Amino acid sequence: MIGNIHSVFSGGTVDGPGIRFVVFMQGCPLRCKYCHNPDSWEFGVGEERSVKDLTQEIIKYKNYFGTQGGVTVSGGEPLVQIDFVTELLKSVKSYGINTAVDTSGFTFNENSEESVKKHEELSKYVDLYLLDIKHIDDNKHKELTGVSNKNTLNFAKWLDKLGKKMWIRHVVVDGYTDDNEQLLKLSAFIKTLNNVEKIEVLPYHTMGTVKYQKMGIKYALEGVNPPSKERIIEVKNILKG
Amino acid sequence: MKNYKGWEGFIPGKWSNDEVNVRDFIQRNYTVYEGDSSFLAPATEATKELWKNVMALYEEERANGGVLDADTKVVSTLTSHGPGYINKDLEKIVGFQTDKPLKRSLQPFGGIKMAAEALSMYGYEIDPEVKEIFTKYRKTHNDGVFDAYTPEMRLARSSHILTGLPDTYGRGRIVGDYRRVALYGVDYLIRKKEEDKAIISGEMTPDKIRNREEISEQIKALKQLKLMANSYGFDISEPATTAQEAIQALYFGYLGAIKDQNGAAMSLGRTSTFLDIYIERDLKNGVINEVEAQELIDHFIMKCRMVKFMRIQSYNELFSGDPTWVTEVIGGMGVDGRPLVTKNSFRVLHTLINLGPAPEPNLTVLWSKNLPLNFKRFCAEISIKTSSIQYESDDLMRPEMGDDYCIACCVSCMRVGKDMQFFGARANLAKCLLYAINGGKDELLKDKVTNKPLQVSPKYEAILSNDALDFNEVMDKYNQMMDWLAGLYVNVLNLIHYMHDKYAYEAIEMALHDSEVRRFFATGIAGLSCVADSLSAIKYAKVYPIRNEDGIVVDFRIEGDFPKYGNNDDRVDELAVNLVKSFMNKIRSHYTYRESVPTMSILTITSNVVYGQKTGNTPDGRRAGMPLAPGANPMHGRDTHGALASLESVAKIPYEYSRDGISNTFSITPSSLGKDD
Repeated sequence: MIGNIHSVFSGGTVDGPGIRFVVFMQGCPLRCKYCHNPDSWEFGVGEERSVKDLTQEIIKYKNYFGTQGGVTVSGGEPLVQIDFVTELLKSVKSYGINTAVDTSGFTFNENSEESVKKHEELSKYVDLYLLDIKHIDDNKHKELTGVSNKNTLNFAKWLDKLGKKMWIRHVVVDGYTDDNEQLLKLSAFIKTLNNVEKIEVLPYHTMGTVKYQKMGIKYALEGVNPPSKERIIEVKNILKG
Repeated sequence: MKNYKGWEGFIPGKWSNDEVNVRDFIQRNYTVYEGDSSFLAPATEATKELWKNVMALYEEERANGGVLDADTKVVSTLTSHGPGYINKDLEKIVGFQTDKPLKRSLQPFGGIKMAAEALSMYGYEIDPEVKEIFTKYRKTHNDGVFDAYTPEMRLARSSHILTGLPDTYGRGRIVGDYRRVALYGVDYLIRKKEEDKAIISGEMTPDKIRNREEISEQIKALKQLKLMANSYGFDISEPATTAQEAIQALYFGYLGAIKDQNGAAMSLGRTSTFLDIYIERDLKNGVINEVEAQELIDHFIMKCRMVKFMRIQSYNELFSGDPTWVTEVIGGMGVDGRPLVTKNSFRVLHTLINLGPAPEPNLTVLWSKNLPLNFKRFCAEISIKTSSIQYESDDLMRPEMGDDYCIACCVSCMRVGKDMQFFGARANLAKCLLYAINGGKDELLKDKVTNKPLQVSPKYEAILSNDALDFNEVMDKYNQMMDWLAGLYVNVLNLIHYMHDKYAYEAIEMALHDSEVRRFFATGIAGLSCVADSLSAIKYAKVYPIRNEDGIVVDFRIEGDFPKYGNNDDRVDELAVNLVKSFMNKIRSHYTYRESVPTMSILTITSNVVYGQKTGNTPDGRRAGMPLAPGANPMHGRDTHGALASLESVAKIPYEYSRDGISNTFSITPSSLGKDD
């Protein structure tokens, strides 16, 4: 099976536990204003790689993964290519390698039998979900990403029922995603979940702006500064309740 | 077996049975420590006071333009200078290279010109009488080399295709087994050397004559060492009886070496676990407590930090500082599976806390996955706090070197007291590739007489076509050029080391070796990744030569993309691997001086910058004058597939073909890892 890959990165340490090989899938239906990889948006481009070929590359690094590390599939929104990701992780898993998926949950439609089935099949081969909840308020979520957060929240609940381990990730952008009242609501939602192992608060950064310039796209967050270290600690405390 | 007082309480063995066998002593007597760092003691008031004085001296040295004081008249020998102190009452371990701390000694045996030049750069003038003696009456290593160099050798040297050669300065890289001074006392060592000398008898071949003369020199040096210690009020003729005496005796051995030689790297060896045996004995007998043990180590390390040599400024530029490479290896595993980690391994690293971070001595942890977890944690903690520890793979080196080897300079491993090496600097393989394309004409230099491009190698056929370079044609020519370079390189080194043995013999260091030593012939290469990428560009993209008015290819136009070394891509990594194998095999095919074993290193740490300055545009797109990558590193910014891919590419370089070491300079900042917990 063939997938469209944006890039791969060996030795990542920020997307899941331990030292990880990260596969960035190409294509994303969301348009997050703070996205630092606008070059991963477009569908149908990127490098075409087969499951077999990618697996061969990944297993070369097995010695580095130790007991915690492994593979993380990120994006883009990786689950737009859910069939490929399922095959890939199934293949990787057969080598005893730990697997994680970094997703917005947008592809999950609880009313579609097919969608649920596919996510179920995928989950057999996923040890950890890194679920990005970009905003707890649906309108704000639409404003920020262009889409509703309904699927995301449903996916969280569904995964929880399935008993899948997850980390909740939240990016803090001054004036967009750091309203205390909203954060409390997000915290309350996370508390309803039983299998959240970790809450990761990620500070917004401006490292992606160069890509916008190169691609000739207007950057929506021009002039927004990264949050202070102190603020990140505050947000962490709020979310962890 | 004689009952030395210094051996009381030690388990006897081969080491005490009329042999010189420090490893056997360690194996029978050391105490593995698997606990944590909570036993360590802070700096004493005396240590703090002394270190404050040293910091003030460093400040004065900086204010004085980099050199605090320098001897211009007295030629350095083991006994040339009276005792020197920082504060005699506070110093538990004593001894300086001259009569004053940080005062640099005059060492003209490597070359009088270099010694005079170094002095004048810092505003000193060499004593005219010394200059006269070393010009008219006493030949130096440098004179010897230049008397024998061929015109071709000189040309290769001035064009910098061979570079950093130890022909004007001390070769260094020899590590005496300084522990022997403490364990056996000098009289025992002299007796053993006299026995060794007596064996060399019968028909006097040139080799035997040389060996007899050298051992005589060694014995004289040992006698001098005793006199040197006497000047500080110590008698080192018998085995050390306490930890303080052991550290002092060991340090005197090392001090003798640095008084005798201004070598490119003057490493210390593997001393901490050896010394732990003495400290454990004293702790057990109530002679010292932990605070005092740490104080001894702090004062010892303080002395190692203060090693200074008089060197020319360009030398310091080459190495980005004023390095002395006082490398001390710590830890590692024994061949019997026991870790060689002791409490003293912790104490030595703890000096980085008690005295603060420092590049010297170059504390090097021999890493094994089987080291005790507490020790690994402690290393990580000290690394995070001080960024001052070097790590090397014990698991890689131990199978071949056993468990009593040390590191000379930064990566060259040698069994302590059993191996030595002939340091060989580097051949610039990137420049060699340009020579292959241009038929041995230099891409940057002109003949001073004809003003035409300088022909450095014999006149080989250059690439004449202006079409895209053909990979097979380039490889053929490159192989031919490397054949020439390897042959020349080995001959240059044969000549240099012959002269160094003759005119600047390391008598005290060799006195602390077995008389039958294994010698390594340590060649090196620079520009590995630049060549790999260049060959990859030629093979996988289209590379068009651009010529100057003399027809010399001075630049390249690249069409298309190509795999780059550092991304774990076999297409290009294989080119790098083959390059290493093929150059090493070419080196091996030649006669090497004194039956030395040829080795190769890929380890430029900073000098890659200077080598790059002397190398024109390369087919990988690197611009003329830009740095080559350090050691076996990928070219800067071309490893785009993350840390592991970059490491994996480097890890493919076969150690069997680069036994003198492969370096990879790799920085990780906590923020780039992105984790704060």
